Amino acid sequence: MSDEPGPATTNIPDDVETPDELDPESHDSAVEEAAKRTPRGIPLRVDGLRKEFGGITAVDGASFQVEAGSLTGLIGPNGAGKSTTFNCITGVHTPTAGQVQFNGENITGLEPHEVANRGLVRTFQIARELEEMTVLENMMLAPKHQRGESVVRSVTPGLRRDVVSQEEELREEVWEMLEFFELDHIAEVEAGTLSGGQRKLLEMARALMTDPEMVLLDEPLAGVNPTLEEKLLERIHELREDGYTFLFVEHDMDIIMEHCEHIIVMHQGKVLAEGGADDIRNNEAVVEAYLGEDVS
Amino acid sequence: MGASATTARGRELLARLGVAVTLGGAVLLLIDLLAQLARVDLWIIGGELAFSQLMNYLWTGLTLGLIIGLAGVGLSLTYSILNFANFAHGDYLTLGAFSGWSVAYVIAGLGTIDLASLILVDAPSSNVGASVTNTPVAVVVGLVVAIVVTVALGLALDRAVYKPMRNSEGISLLIASIGVAFILRYLAALIFGTGRRGITAPSEIPSMTVLGVQVNAHQLTILVVALVAMMAIHLLLQRTKIGKAMRAMADNRDLARITGIPTERMITATWVLGSGLAGASGYMLVLARGTLGFNDGYLLLLLIFAAVILGGIGSVYGAIVGGLLIGITSRVALVWVPGEFGRPVAFGLMILFLLFRPSGLFGGVETA
Amino acid sequence: MSTDTEGRSRLVTDAGYIAGAMLLLYVVFLILGTLQGYPVAGIISSLQRVTFLVAVYGLAVLALNLHWGYAGLFNIGVAGFMAVGVYTSVMLTAPVGASPPGLGLPLPVGILGGMLAAALVGLIAGLPALRLRSDYLAIMTVAVSEIIRFTYNSNTFSQFTGGASGFDSIPPGPIRQLLLQDASSIISEPTPLGAAIFQFMEFSGIGWISLGRPDTINILSTLLIVVVLVLVYAFLVRAVNSPYGRVLKSIREDEVAAQSLGKNTSRFKLKTFMLGCALMGLAGIMWFGAIGQSSVYPNAFRPEITFYIFIALIIGGAGSNTGSVLGGALFAGLLFEAPPRVATILTDALGVTNAPDTIIGALGPIASGQLTPMLGFLLDNMSQLRFIFVGVLLIYLIQRRPEGLLGHRSEIAAATDLSVRPSQSKGGETDE
Repeated sequence: MSDEPGPATTNIPDDVETPDELDPESHDSAVEEAAKRTPRGIPLRVDGLRKEFGGITAVDGASFQVEAGSLTGLIGPNGAGKSTTFNCITGVHTPTAGQVQFNGENITGLEPHEVANRGLVRTFQIARELEEMTVLENMMLAPKHQRGESVVRSVTPGLRRDVVSQEEELREEVWEMLEFFELDHIAEVEAGTLSGGQRKLLEMARALMTDPEMVLLDEPLAGVNPTLEEKLLERIHELREDGYTFLFVEHDMDIIMEHCEHIIVMHQGKVLAEGGADDIRNNEAVVEAYLGEDVS
Repeated sequence: MGASATTARGRELLARLGVAVTLGGAVLLLIDLLAQLARVDLWIIGGELAFSQLMNYLWTGLTLGLIIGLAGVGLSLTYSILNFANFAHGDYLTLGAFSGWSVAYVIAGLGTIDLASLILVDAPSSNVGASVTNTPVAVVVGLVVAIVVTVALGLALDRAVYKPMRNSEGISLLIASIGVAFILRYLAALIFGTGRRGITAPSEIPSMTVLGVQVNAHQLTILVVALVAMMAIHLLLQRTKIGKAMRAMADNRDLARITGIPTERMITATWVLGSGLAGASGYMLVLARGTLGFNDGYLLLLLIFAAVILGGIGSVYGAIVGGLLIGITSRVALVWVPGEFGRPVAFGLMILFLLFRPSGLFGGVETA
Repeated sequence: MSTDTEGRSRLVTDAGYIAGAMLLLYVVFLILGTLQGYPVAGIISSLQRVTFLVAVYGLAVLALNLHWGYAGLFNIGVAGFMAVGVYTSVMLTAPVGASPPGLGLPLPVGILGGMLAAALVGLIAGLPALRLRSDYLAIMTVAVSEIIRFTYNSNTFSQFTGGASGFDSIPPGPIRQLLLQDASSIISEPTPLGAAIFQFMEFSGIGWISLGRPDTINILSTLLIVVVLVLVYAFLVRAVNSPYGRVLKSIREDEVAAQSLGKNTSRFKLKTFMLGCALMGLAGIMWFGAIGQSSVYPNAFRPEITFYIFIALIIGGAGSNTGSVLGGALFAGLLFEAPPRVATILTDALGVTNAPDTIIGALGPIASGQLTPMLGFLLDNMSQLRFIFVGVLLIYLIQRRPEGLLGHRSEIAAATDLSVRPSQSKGGETDE
């Protein structure tokens, strides 16, 4: 799955009527599946990324890589270009220049859904839960290429049986995931009624339901109370053990230092420094950039 | 690697191709127009077109365009500052026209004609003899009344309908404005009746021939009033504090987002300006056409939207230019298509803009 | 379904809502007919007309609900897509020799062709428009709908479309073909089945009720449209109670979120737009091509009719299929069909004989304490008042109750009962 260069040249069709990725026979739950991963290589490479908005350069030639199976932190003061970088990687923005590679494939300028279908999913700084859908519906939306996403299959009597049976499989995985994130007690409420922290949890759980290889987390701890924060970080570590790769945007220096083995510091649209927590702590440029900034 | 990265470029290329085809078509039409004027006939291009006919299209298109443009300024401002497409804007024109002409009729015909039929704009137009030269006071007072009444209407409707919904989404406001449109249109029908009536007296409107074009006094009035109104708008937006603020807000929705909900004072100013111009446009639409029906403003609404989209939503000057383009297009199109297609062609122009340049000529607010 | 009890109980509740609404309408029109002194056949015929309106409104509102209620696509060009549907189907099926001529094809071809044409127009309009913000989609669709109307209205194409006076060679519907030997003539020799049914309805039949051929044909045709409505309803309920429905809802709620989960939202939107347009075409065919219509003409497709359909959807509750049918029924019956009848009854009851023609003539007497002239004037202008009331209602609903009657319910978009936990039940039984 994570072999380099991976399924680079084959354009994964995003058609809804694609062959079953989620074959009911061979498919175990997402969490168990992940446990079988043996991550190696460099799934994500960002090279000379540049993004301008009408004369303002938000990202100015950033280059970095993320190692498979790592929990990599991306930090920087406000306005450093972290979110824009995320948006360029995930197809929300088209970069002005530079390249983004995922598993050896150039994904620069792809549509967000095309990026997600390649196994690179993200969460948002302000959680984008689907308010008028229940937690269960939110979760059930995520799995890729569901048979019932085709109207024809959903309505035709004989074919609907497959739709139903696949949904039953997915339903089990969803419940497991909800239990893992301790969201099962609120599974049937509308997502709009959740607390800020629960929304963050839901968003991460939902992203994982797409069966990704790598997850980009955009400030997953913002607005989350300390107890929940602890729980969330715990989950991230467990999932990392299972073989997922994480890129983690956060402006709280301490959290990044404590939890990430590899840290990328951005400043004014550029990568200022890279390395382990100790390297960063002792890097003069970083200290200087953060001087006067709210470090914690 | 290449295959996927080309998708985005492919899309861009397609958009460029579309623009190229559209521009190419426009150039072809222009060549054809020149050929027709020169009475050259070459395969599909060419034909016969009298110069005076073309000038006539341009002139009537210009007067219609000025009216659409003025109405468009109001629509554009409410669209960008209050963040919704006002589907009742056309009916503001109708109400302005009826109220203004009602007063103009009363002044013009008082004493000689039955008051009730004057108030209801129901008296025979030839008996009233309303025209800018025959009854100048009545026509001018009527214009002022049209503006004042429409402003009052705009403010009252804002209070009753839109103010309670300040935090709603654009679509909810749009739906509410459809309700307002129904109320206004059929209120006009209830009070003034559903029949189309002649308003001005054709025999009382002097006209002269300029460059082969019949130019009448009412068309000149529209030109003068529109130019004065545009100057006033320009000064208001450039010189006054509230005008500058409105322009800044209308031009840049991000600014609106940062500074939060526009102040009530600015909203009031927006409605005053927008409704006043709508009332004046509705009143002048009658000067251009000579007739009035309860559906008139509503029928013009889509052309006004077209003008606003062409000019770029939020751009005041864009709305005026867009109005002129739409007005002239809908008339000059008649060189090639039968009269009944003038309006569809104007809509088509709007659709082309939505396709290839959704931000409009003057780079209004992002649309996609 | 394995949704079992909950799904079934909702089905029962929903059937109850619809039945209740229809009962209400029938009682109202029974009373109105009695007050107006209609003969029994007249009352039955008015109930038939109400049922017809409820069914065709239901069809159109369901289609719009797929667009707006589910996918959040703000299409206000419904009238245009209905026009394309019915015009195409009539052009395909009208006799070759008629004026304007048709292709003389069988009715099913006409219906499918009409739906397909509406879907194609939807594709052409949707390809560019669906990228745009929803208010632009609104302007664009209403413009497309007007271009369609102007085109059918134009003299230039009148040899194909009949211009402003429209198509008056609508071929007879299936019921006529079934009951009459010469379907185009109501007095022709009936088929054996026709003879039996006509006899039953006219004479022995339902006790003291005697119905002539036209009424019989209209009633049966209406029932046929009701069957179509039921089928479309069932189709849509199935379509949206599925992963497809989930994607549509997610597009409505937050398109960026849906994309970030790998959903190709533009493709879903385009497919859904075309499907909804096809259903609007079908609604147009049933509405204007089926019964009681001698011609299809362009001005039947003014934007007003789109707004009616919208209001019906808002009343019923956007996002709910049952709500759509309910809203269509209440709008068609109580807001569209009843007011003019009530006005006639009131005019008679109050003995208003010569109501003033103008509002000034009606206002004058109020000063001297006479209210009847004003009342008479208003009753005379019931059609205008109805529009004004519709406008007020629309504003009221959007301000106070934007979710309509049933829009507040959370109708879970899933093919199975999601609340079943793995520990509680091990899936197993499938649909059907």
